[in-house]
Amino acid sequence: MKYAHLVWGNLKRKKLRTLLTLLSILVAFVLFGLLCSIRQALVGGVELAGADRLVVRHKVSIIQLLPESYQARMERIPGVDLVVHQTWFGGVYQDPKNFFMQNPVQPEPFLAMHPEIVLPPAQRDAWLKTRTGAIVGRTTAERFQWKVGDRIPIRSPIWGQRTWEFDLVGIYEGRDKGTDTTPMFFRYDYFDEMREEGRGRGLVGWYTIRVKDPSRAAEIARLVDQEFENSPAETKTEPEGAFAQAWARQIGNITLIVAGILGAVFFTILLVTGSTMSQAVRERIGELGVLKAIGFTPAQVLGLVLAESCTLAGLGGGLGLALAWLLTVNGDPTGGLLPLFNFRTADLLLGVGLCVVLGVVTGLLPALQAMRLRVADALRRL
Amino acid sequence: MSTTNETQPQDSALVRIEGVEKTFRRASEDVHVLARLDLVVPPGEFLALMGPSGSGKSTLLNLIGGLDRPTQGSVTVAGERIDTLSDRRLADWRARHIGFVFQLYNLMPVLTAERNVELPLLLTHLGKAERQKHVATALAMVGLSHRAKHYPRTLSGGEQQRVGIARGIVTDPTLLLCDEPTGDLDRKAGDEILNLLQALNREHGKTIIMVTHDPHASARASRTVYLNKGRLSNEPVS
Ligand SMILES: Nc1ncnc2c1ncn2[C@@H]1O[C@H](COP(=O)(O)OP(=O)(O)O)[C@@H](O)[C@H]1O
Ligand SMILES: [Mg+2]
Repeated sequence: MKYAHLVWGNLKRKKLRTLLTLLSILVAFVLFGLLCSIRQALVGGVELAGADRLVVRHKVSIIQLLPESYQARMERIPGVDLVVHQTWFGGVYQDPKNFFMQNPVQPEPFLAMHPEIVLPPAQRDAWLKTRTGAIVGRTTAERFQWKVGDRIPIRSPIWGQRTWEFDLVGIYEGRDKGTDTTPMFFRYDYFDEMREEGRGRGLVGWYTIRVKDPSRAAEIARLVDQEFENSPAETKTEPEGAFAQAWARQIGNITLIVAGILGAVFFTILLVTGSTMSQAVRERIGELGVLKAIGFTPAQVLGLVLAESCTLAGLGGGLGLALAWLLTVNGDPTGGLLPLFNFRTADLLLGVGLCVVLGVVTGLLPALQAMRLRVADALRRL
Repeated sequence: MSTTNETQPQDSALVRIEGVEKTFRRASEDVHVLARLDLVVPPGEFLALMGPSGSGKSTLLNLIGGLDRPTQGSVTVAGERIDTLSDRRLADWRARHIGFVFQLYNLMPVLTAERNVELPLLLTHLGKAERQKHVATALAMVGLSHRAKHYPRTLSGGEQQRVGIARGIVTDPTLLLCDEPTGDLDRKAGDEILNLLQALNREHGKTIIMVTHDPHASARASRTVYLNKGRLSNEPVS
């Protein structure tokens, strides 16, 4: 690139202006990286959910409970392979800041339903034998330095005043990189017996159904909802992905908010960079005229200006993305609230794409202006 | 010019201008600057072009240098009609044939002297080492080898103009066009520039067309023509 020194020299001409423009691009791309990671943390589960799984929840809202007896009725529906339930425990370990999910489940069908939870056979057996037994994912175990055999005290204001004590019998790994390994699972039979009178004994949070034939999932979802029509607790059955999204909707339409913020940020950055570039061209019309007089073709002049805007965008954006990557590489910064927090390669590539778009869009108009410049006119302006 | 069977007319002129008119469209009226103008410049000439301010000297120089096109008539340089070339072809043609020297030097402030001189060479196929060799030669010819790494703002006006001339001759163009090259310089610096141009013409056979309104400058040329009211003559109008 024998013109590099010319492009670089022009960028260095107004150092402060270039620096400020670079900084605003950098900040925008750091923000982009962080928001992508947060978005991923909040809606990432949607993409990971299995296609053959349906989630059955109370028709009115996700926090309303369903009778335990629904399990047997759902198992009788043709096409249903397996039914398990979970309940939101909402416990606190030592300090409310130490957030992680703990749900009571039925160990055997639960593990069958979730092959992405990988538990050594010996620990699995121990769990089946221990009523107070619980298993926890690798992430949380490492976070609190728990070992198998530890006794874990947890309080949950939802289910009574007492402190629950769990015996840690297993630590599971995730089968895939995206598998959430923060939750703790413990036995439903222990939970149901120990929860206080009047706190929903015999009721569970939601069901997960595995269907035999994923192509019939929609039809089976309809059958399930029909089964409980006109009962006191009507249901709403959705594919697991949609269920995860319903969770996300509880805290607002994340993707839309993120897209909105990023849209505003990039619009601003577009204006900032665009105005820098058009100033850069306006203040050197004469020089561009000289280049043309020397014999630079219209296309070469266009290229020079575009190279300048793309260098700006590439440098600012590249540094911004790198910084965002550094800030997110250690995962969840909240210590548990956002287990899936990560800056995905796909988002990184999107960022690189945005860099290119920024460079081209902000450079194009000034570049065209420079290209169309008539030499004789440009030289008269000196 | 190596092919012998080319059907080019045996033209002794390097620049041949025939019936050239130039009219600028302004918002309200048309400005007729050049009227049915003819000019022949043989190779090796050092031609001075004089005339009052606003008489169209720069306009004529721009037509010869392929920076603009005439409204009427033809401009032929080195046997090639240039008034009919497209913008792109014209740019290539300029790169190959024309060296410009401007009144205000017009150096790139962000580039060193040698990088400024190198600019026209970037448009050629020369490699880096060859470009550096040409740049060194051109800077030596204008006596500025010791200023190669300096930025224009650290050079005097006369030195800047010498860099401008080095940039104009570095590609060894067919024609060197200078628009008031001494217009912004004091007498001493101006004389140095004129010495340089004269040497380029006499010792290196460069064809030079120089616009000036300084009689002292035109005295150095081998011929002077005068532009007035859109027409050329060999005598100054009183
Ligand atoms: N691009 C242009 N548009 C309109 N008028 C122009 C343009 N270029 C030159 N002129 C007019 O043409 C006349 C001659 O200009 P110029 O060739 O620059 O004169 P000189 O160089 O002899 O001083 C002037 O009246 C000038 O205003
Ligand atoms: Mg002029």
